[in-house]
Amino acid sequence: MTVIADPRLGLVTALIAIVAVAQLHGLPAATAAFILAAMLGGVTRAGWPLARRLVHVEGFMLLLFVMLPLTMPGEPLARIGPLSVSAEGIALAALVALKVSASVLLLAVLVGSMEPARLGATLHALHVPERFNRLLVMTARYVDLIRAEAQRLRESMRARGFRPRSNRHTWRSYGHLAGMVLIRALDRAERVTEAMRCRGFSGRYPHAAFAPPALRDWTASIAVAVTGLILLAADRL
Amino acid sequence: MAHIPDGVLSVPVLAGGAVIAAAGVALGLRLLDDRLIPRAGVLAAAVFVLSLISVPVGPSSVHLLLTGLMGLMLGAAVFPAVLVMLLLQALLFGFGGLTTLGVNTVNIALPGFIAAALLGPAIRASRNAAKRGALAALLGALSVAGTGGLVALSLALSSSSYTPVARVLIATYLPLMVGEAFVTAAVVSFLARVQPDALRPASA
Repeated sequence: MTVIADPRLGLVTALIAIVAVAQLHGLPAATAAFILAAMLGGVTRAGWPLARRLVHVEGFMLLLFVMLPLTMPGEPLARIGPLSVSAEGIALAALVALKVSASVLLLAVLVGSMEPARLGATLHALHVPERFNRLLVMTARYVDLIRAEAQRLRESMRARGFRPRSNRHTWRSYGHLAGMVLIRALDRAERVTEAMRCRGFSGRYPHAAFAPPALRDWTASIAVAVTGLILLAADRL
Repeated sequence: MAHIPDGVLSVPVLAGGAVIAAAGVALGLRLLDDRLIPRAGVLAAAVFVLSLISVPVGPSSVHLLLTGLMGLMLGAAVFPAVLVMLLLQALLFGFGGLTTLGVNTVNIALPGFIAAALLGPAIRASRNAAKRGALAALLGALSVAGTGGLVALSLALSSSSYTPVARVLIATYLPLMVGEAFVTAAVVSFLARVQPDALRPASA
């Protein structure tokens, strides 16, 4: 469930809003952006899946949050042994955390998760090059299938007593697993190509044309984009 | 770890990344004719799935990048393939970012492309299994080291306050280098025995 039903408008609006949020320099504007994005999330009643996306912090983001307060020069707030915690460092870490979280929320609320065919049609409507689009749809289509295949191979490894540990046997076994998955992927690609040619594929997918976006979508899209730009302007002035 | 989210990097770094990525993607797409697109797409899906496996290395565990291997199998098409994987991660799962797509594509694909271009001919021509394994391990280690260096560089160029973080970040890539080297060596030896054609970009 997203705020904007039309996927083309949703994607473009998300891009504008995230570009604006990503360039904020001040804590007040970044806080406002985060609160507004969270309110949008509340409107859509996204709930748990949305919270889980937020919790998923990349490894080096954690590193950034821990190290910035300790390494940035500035007014010391507290001392931990030889290290001092600077106010400037905490402010920068908070700023980055707010902007990153607001961007994740905006992407989830405005674009959500699309099924591959719809994503392909959306990008086609936005004039993304045809070959790139075809590559994207192909990858999106086969991720789930190949994941199931890899899962079966891993289960059969487990059934034969394989336990992953930090040793060369494990790495070689995973190498063989990867090799097997890649060989099967190549065979599958061969079959898919033949099947497409057999059915007269002429180099482009027939995408159904989208209906023009509803008035409600335009309103929501303009409201979000303009709010983002106003925040950016307020931040810079 | 290689995926920088929105809201961290500065505009010149983002723009520079986007320009280099666009050049790489354009080059890669030119090489992909209609028959090769399914091959590149399904291979990208396979690498995406394999990168979800967590491989234990010492006390930690790592997720493989396999970009050196992709460079070997896809050539310059590694750029569009990596961009596709990043875009799907951002749009279908909400990881990574939209504004950082260009920088992340360069950080991940470029080292794999360069390392494979340098080492690929020797790996394909090698008839000695031990030498081939060693070259493939070097391919994996170099491409990961390149990615670690580029991620650190993107941070350091964005703001001088990120520099200490960037230094520590490079150290966190060491376990991945070890895992990637051993697994890449095993994959390449496996493919060389089972289906040597898989190790070249265009088998059609």
